[in-house]
Amino acid sequence: MGSDNNNILDAYTSGEYKYGFHSDIETEYAPVGLNEDTVRYISARKEEPVFMLEYRLKAYRHWLTMKMPTWPHLEIPPIDFQNIIYYAAPKKKKELGSLDEVDPELLATFNKLGISLEEQKKLSGVAVDAVIDSVSVKTTFSETLSKYGIIFCSFSEAVKNHPDLVKKYMGSIVPYTDNFFSALNSAVFSDGSFCYIPKGVRCPIELSTYFRINAANTGQFERTLIVADEGAYVSYMEGCTAPQRDENQLHAAVVEIVTMKDAEVKYSTVQNWYPGDKNGKGGIYNFVTKRGICKGSNSKISWTQVETGSAITWKYPSCILLGDNSVGEFYSVAVTNNYQQADTGTKMLHLGRNTKSTIISKGISAGRSNNSYRGLVRITKNAVNSRNYSQCDSLLLGDKCGAHTFPYIQTENKSSIVEHEATTSKISEDQLFYCQQRGIDTESAVGLIVNGYAKEVLKQLPMEFAVEAQKLLSISLEGSVG
Amino acid sequence: MLLKIINLHASIKGKEILKGINLEVNQGEVHAIMGPNGTGKSTLASVIVGRDVFDVTEGEILYNAKNLLTLSVEERAREGIFMGFQYPVEIPGVSITNFMRTAVNEIRKYRGLDPMSAGEFLKMMEEKKKLVEITSNLTNRSVNEGFSGGEKKRNEIFQMAMLEPTLAILDETDSGLDIDALRVVANGVNKLRTPENGFVVITHYQRLLDYIIPDFVHVLFEGRIVKSGGKDLALELEEKGYDWIKQQL
Repeated sequence: MGSDNNNILDAYTSGEYKYGFHSDIETEYAPVGLNEDTVRYISARKEEPVFMLEYRLKAYRHWLTMKMPTWPHLEIPPIDFQNIIYYAAPKKKKELGSLDEVDPELLATFNKLGISLEEQKKLSGVAVDAVIDSVSVKTTFSETLSKYGIIFCSFSEAVKNHPDLVKKYMGSIVPYTDNFFSALNSAVFSDGSFCYIPKGVRCPIELSTYFRINAANTGQFERTLIVADEGAYVSYMEGCTAPQRDENQLHAAVVEIVTMKDAEVKYSTVQNWYPGDKNGKGGIYNFVTKRGICKGSNSKISWTQVETGSAITWKYPSCILLGDNSVGEFYSVAVTNNYQQADTGTKMLHLGRNTKSTIISKGISAGRSNNSYRGLVRITKNAVNSRNYSQCDSLLLGDKCGAHTFPYIQTENKSSIVEHEATTSKISEDQLFYCQQRGIDTESAVGLIVNGYAKEVLKQLPMEFAVEAQKLLSISLEGSVG
Repeated sequence: MLLKIINLHASIKGKEILKGINLEVNQGEVHAIMGPNGTGKSTLASVIVGRDVFDVTEGEILYNAKNLLTLSVEERAREGIFMGFQYPVEIPGVSITNFMRTAVNEIRKYRGLDPMSAGEFLKMMEEKKKLVEITSNLTNRSVNEGFSGGEKKRNEIFQMAMLEPTLAILDETDSGLDIDALRVVANGVNKLRTPENGFVVITHYQRLLDYIIPDFVHVLFEGRIVKSGGKDLALELEEKGYDWIKQQL
């Protein structure tokens, strides 16, 4: 009866990208294309020590031997890697000591995005490492944090000021040989965050980073490294917005996390990159390698992500559960609308004994999008008494979108338990009508239903993010995001 | 005069279901609509609340003298029209509390009132739960998820109690209920009757009307109201069956 009348849903999922603007800041660009000179240029601009340049060159040379993988359930138009600018930096007039000295245009950008560094510093106590187009502008709160011995600075600063830590851990979890994009990132990474929490220290504030891609044809190649020493704890939030562009922008980041004995890192992401317009033109390519290793016993790494943007999302935040009794968690809400595509999930590799992993994945598809969950649970022979629980749910809005699940389970011992559940559902016209008949309009109804569906994941987010995430879910489906 | 339906014609996919309905419901009245299956009873309910799969091809519906046909589904609801669904859908992940709070505040907003405070709202929930004999467990769950047929119907009456409509249309509220559940539901409805509101009770069987005593009974047959009377008409129908009606035409 109602199936040929999808007017309610059609009219609903369409609209404008809310964050479509870009600021006119003077930027400096590397010459377009990628060769050894580009790599040297980047390293020189950043005034890096020799070891870093050598690492980059090794990675670049290795990248030349690799081909882009073709196995994902994604349609990716051919990328011309020579037609990308690999470095863009806002012209620094002088060293930035305080917020007063920050380029006022930059501050205005932050304000437009609803991120006021000023406000944050005064009210919420959240440290912010603001990255605009490949260069960290300001690291707030480093003085406060250093009191605890916590290092939280831009990756570029860490390379200069904490080379030993960088040398020790960078590439140990995601080597440049790992995959095509990690090799590329290792060669041309621009900047990102570095965080070290010393033994026994519980970081008192949520650490956070805001990104923004500003210049045309500029790839963002963030590199982040978080190290939690024995007994340490940190909660790290990553949130992004990006302006409206016509050209596709490549975002190939690498995030590495290490937890020692009894340590815990909670990594939360709310991603709202430009997803392309209603017709699938433009949009960010988000090809990210994120991986954590629970090196020490009893350690824990928890990934929580709310992905609503990007034209194509391709990422598998993963955990290597090496230490005995270590715990890995993956909570994800991935939304695709219009012509967006996502192939995302996680890999949980159980190496240690009594290790536990939890996977809760909520996919939401709308428009003509395609949303895939891809997950690997691998329990090796020595990982006795291990447990995994996976729940992969898909929600379809309308009848022109797709939801797919590719779960892989490999168990190599008999004492472990792996549980997997999956559901597929849709918001029916009947459900929407029921809400409308109670006085709730379509917009609110979809928001209500979708947030109810994603509740289990959203409640994992730090409070600061949870509200933004709820609104974001509603907005991304009501169509403000393309 | 609460509801006035004048010469209503409605069709779906080009097939005419309602062929000229006339009905008037005044404040304080309970009207029962009976008739054989497939005759248009649910269609009538759907058209009144505004389900857009049906096309109104002719006629008018006035509600409090307003032209109802120009209002959207949610606007009609906010004006005070409530439907007790025959097959209430499940909405996983959305708690009844959250659902009702959103609905109540939307209606209040429409009427220029401030949203209810959390405290006031929970108090109201407790009151209304007692009315329909609902225990806490039910309201902490998601809307209709995993509910039995009887629980779903009770939940409909609970929602009606929360939203305090001026016109309630109950679409086969008694279907799938055993005697005890029927009594609970009927009691709930009776407690909600006021001199200001009106009820349209759609049912197959006389049985519900033993508990919810109608002021008027109408028989809907092949898209038209072919006979109207008082509550005794229902008893006569029960005794003689719908064939009796067909013979009379």
